[in-house]
Amino acid sequence: MDLRRAEEGLFKGLMLASMVLVLGSLALILGVILVKGLPAMSLDMITQTPKGGYYLGKEGGILNAILGSLWLTLGATVLSLAIALPVVLYLNTWRDARSRLATLTRLSFDILWGIPSIVYGAFGFTLMLLFGLRASLLAGILAIALLMLPIMARSLDEVVRMVPRDLLEASYALGATRWETAVRVVVRQALPGLVTAVLLAMGRGIGDAAAVLFTAGFTDAVPTSLLQPAATLPLAIFFQLGTPFPAVQARAYASALILTVVILGISLACRLLTRRLVKNVVR
Amino acid sequence: MPPETHLRIRDLCVKYGSSYGLKNITADIPAQRITVIIGPSGCGKTTLLRSLNRLVDTREGVTVSGQIFVGEQEIHDPAHYVTEIRKRVGLLAQRPCPLPMSIYDNVAYGPRLHGTRDRATLDRIVEHTLREGALWEEVKDRLHTPASALSIGQQQRLCLARGLAVEPEVLLCDEPTSALDPHSSLHIEQRFLALKERYTIVMVTHILRQARRLADHVLFLYLGELIEQGSAEEVFGNPQHPLTRQYLSGTIS
Repeated sequence: MDLRRAEEGLFKGLMLASMVLVLGSLALILGVILVKGLPAMSLDMITQTPKGGYYLGKEGGILNAILGSLWLTLGATVLSLAIALPVVLYLNTWRDARSRLATLTRLSFDILWGIPSIVYGAFGFTLMLLFGLRASLLAGILAIALLMLPIMARSLDEVVRMVPRDLLEASYALGATRWETAVRVVVRQALPGLVTAVLLAMGRGIGDAAAVLFTAGFTDAVPTSLLQPAATLPLAIFFQLGTPFPAVQARAYASALILTVVILGISLACRLLTRRLVKNVVR
Repeated sequence: MPPETHLRIRDLCVKYGSSYGLKNITADIPAQRITVIIGPSGCGKTTLLRSLNRLVDTREGVTVSGQIFVGEQEIHDPAHYVTEIRKRVGLLAQRPCPLPMSIYDNVAYGPRLHGTRDRATLDRIVEHTLREGALWEEVKDRLHTPASALSIGQQQRLCLARGLAVEPEVLLCDEPTSALDPHSSLHIEQRFLALKERYTIVMVTHILRQARRLADHVLFLYLGELIEQGSAEEVFGNPQHPLTRQYLSGTIS
């Protein structure tokens, strides 16, 4: 009797401890970014591109990296969603979700998920050499899309698999084709989860430095075409942190703050945009 | 005058992998009557019902042989799209399953699929079928609110209205009241009695009293085989086969 109560207490304690650990880490990271980054924060940071000698502590900002990251992530998200969503809908609507094909596909995505992003970067770089391309926004988009694809596909899959079979049959029974059912019923029912899955993959994509190191390059200019190199926030943070000047290092923290705010902003915007559509979901 | 035959089932076999779900079913289902399929759990009632609009073959590993005629049309004939069959033969599922959209859009979903775009026409269909489902008075002021907010009994009537909106000839009902409270069940049963004026209804039930209340025609299945079929008076009043007698008296279930 007392043993059972002690057991209950022990596990409650463990759960509390892990919660404190997770929330604590988040608070610590945010705290460090805020404390170290806020003093270096200025309007110039988000409205100016780096001027000569920016990395030595002279004036300028990281507009190039902000826009570069936004374009890159937008392109990569659209591209990987355009590949992942049809795959996932096919596996769950056209084929039986437990078929051998589905299991094999899931396994492949799980393996791809485990590949370090630097490998995607190197793979992209090899392809670039093969096609004679230079480091460019396009190459970066392709590398990041590859990195995001397994994350997006597996998260989408988990969400779409939760759509009750009855719901599909209700739609079929009214004379809907599989395509109509997938688009009008499955996507709608799974929408909140789909948004989460996309945001999850996007968060990984926008924060990744290794995959874009060789493929997107780095430049002080804002890219105006897909074939120009593009700067990205993670690399901007990396380069600024790598300088020996405390003032520039502080700007690295300010850049990290900007990156965090950008991700938060995108997440909130997506939630707000889909809120109206989500109210009909059957629970 | 004997009723016309609406559905003719000939030598229907359904296999799951290598085991039989249904063996050589041959039956006639009369038009504008309620045909009730009874039998113990796992006897293939639902499989037979779902064969009639080809929902069984949406799953992998299921093989169907034999013929089913709806009127003159054989439903496995590759010349006809399966969606055409399902439009003619609607289904009311065991648990109400509203689509993730508003009440209005749930009912309009079917007609829109089949090409009705005109707003006024859709409005008319929605009102008409919700009245047929005896739900109109309860929802007419909140047609554009989520269907999932309705009570479970209301949801089932919504699903009935949604099925009627595509103007089927046949309604398949898979234990349509088993998830409902007695009051809602009664409501649904009354709808069936009114609807059989215009529709052929095929219903699976495991509630014998419900079968006796509603049935005009009865099919009794046992372990995937059709044991006995006939009018309700014949089967309930004077069952011929020993298994039917045992089932009706509650010796097997």
